[in-house]
Amino acid sequence: MAERWTQDVKPFLAKWALVAVPYLWSLLFFLAPFLIIFKISLSQTAIAMPPYVPVIGSLGDFWAKLSSFTFDNYIFLTEDPLYYSAYLSSLRIALVSTILLLIVGYPIAYGMARAPKSLRNALVMAVILPFWTSFLIRVYAWIGILKPEGLITVALQWLGFLGPNEQIHVYNTEIAVFIGIVYSYLPFMVLPLYAALEKLDATLLEAAADLGCPPTKSFWVITFPLSLPGVIAGCFLCFIPIVGEFVIPDLLGGSETLMIGKTLWAEFFNNRDWPVSSAVAVVLLIILVVPIVIFQNQQKKA
Amino acid sequence: MNKSTSWFNITSLVVGFAFLYVPILILVVYSFNASKLVTVWGGFSTQWYVELVHDQAIIDAAWVTIRVGIISASFATVLGTMAALVLDRYRKFHGRALFSGMVYAPLVMPEVITGLSLLLLFVAIGFDRGFWAVVIAHTTLTMCFVAVVVQSRLVTLDRSLEEAALDLGCPPVKTFFLITLPLILPGVVAGWMLAFTLSLDDLVIASFNTGPGATTLPIKIYSMVRLGVTPEINAISTILISVIAVGVIAASVLSHRSQVEKEKAERAVFLTN
Repeated sequence: MAERWTQDVKPFLAKWALVAVPYLWSLLFFLAPFLIIFKISLSQTAIAMPPYVPVIGSLGDFWAKLSSFTFDNYIFLTEDPLYYSAYLSSLRIALVSTILLLIVGYPIAYGMARAPKSLRNALVMAVILPFWTSFLIRVYAWIGILKPEGLITVALQWLGFLGPNEQIHVYNTEIAVFIGIVYSYLPFMVLPLYAALEKLDATLLEAAADLGCPPTKSFWVITFPLSLPGVIAGCFLCFIPIVGEFVIPDLLGGSETLMIGKTLWAEFFNNRDWPVSSAVAVVLLIILVVPIVIFQNQQKKA
Repeated sequence: MNKSTSWFNITSLVVGFAFLYVPILILVVYSFNASKLVTVWGGFSTQWYVELVHDQAIIDAAWVTIRVGIISASFATVLGTMAALVLDRYRKFHGRALFSGMVYAPLVMPEVITGLSLLLLFVAIGFDRGFWAVVIAHTTLTMCFVAVVVQSRLVTLDRSLEEAALDLGCPPVKTFFLITLPLILPGVVAGWMLAFTLSLDDLVIASFNTGPGATTLPIKIYSMVRLGVTPEINAISTILISVIAVGVIAASVLSHRSQVEKEKAERAVFLTN
């Protein structure tokens, strides 16, 4: 009996526990919350703590209460143009900043991949280091630079491009949001690009050059297509979280910039309307399901 | 490689890294500004650091943040390492697709969704918002990053050592602690550090799940930033940046050294054979 325990049962239990512990944790704290958010988005707002009337108390009165499900919150989202334009504006800002990130990040990743081998590890480290320092602090750093009386204005006045009483008005506009996003997400774009470009076989480019292909053409015919997995990974890694971004539009965009993350935050913390903020989150999740699934498949292949 | 492209490479590297580092540098320089105005240089001073030391609210917030970070990073490292082992070793079991989905999705999930949904779970099961709610939220978020880091280490692992131990009758659990864990340790340590800094950094998820007495440093900094730019915020930021920079650089130097030593040892073994 004891022998059977150590030989068959114990390894089986160990294996079972290894799978079960992280699995249950993720089910409870990652998946279950999404079911709850969906449930609460279907309930009515109430001025109480928690501020919603539960639709389903227990499984028992599930059927009885099914009739009291309300899609009011979703209908409300379609009635108020604020939400509609916030979703569109988030998608537009995310798309534009992902393209900007690709344009800014590609030359950096390319330069890193072509740098001498001894330098490459240090360069990767130098890209990762700002990513480790606080997101909030890095966004905050730009407030002092972009403010009307900030360092850009001071520098331009000093150089004579601006008169002593003129100021640059970038802070609290969408341009400031783009700068903040590109700055904060740059490591997420550069690292996958670098990983793809570093693997590139340099002899292919040499062969192309020997056969008389000009460097610009060989870039578009060889380098870029071969770096596509990195381009795709980098773009998804940036695009998906940017759509729901809160800190950057809140601190740099002012009241002018409309983004859904900000709307959800205001709905939850200022209006204390939990069901509507849940509905906002559910719709955002539905919008992002397709890019997330594509990203996951990409990850599995890698 | 011709000259023009290599000039292009050097320029893009210099401009790119200037873009990454100059704003942080400015932030650090202005934390030593004597003037209360953030954009006017009034001479060198450390008065904002002195003020910081006497600000009890900030010290309390810092302690909460460090405690949340250490506890959640430790939980996340255990869970994330287990998840990485499962994904690396068990290629087929029921629900594997769901499992790998749950491991990778939080990497890109917008924080407002994760934060709000976890809060609603805590309310639904009657769990108090506060310190432990933030710990659980951060564990859930950061275990995914640990899993990715550890998994990349597991992929390069030489399985023959484990197989030898198992063939010689070493039980699987003991094999893990004697063979596998020491080999993947650099990945596990890097995972812990990443989890710790992510927890240190998080504003959105902590804001949704915090309660009375559990104000973390980012929440405190955020409320100060909303009131305006002050040199005091620059001073806290500088401290945070230096702590993290020293930690990350030390860790990378250590892991580089252990890599070099490992290669040396392998070469020695090869030569003696």
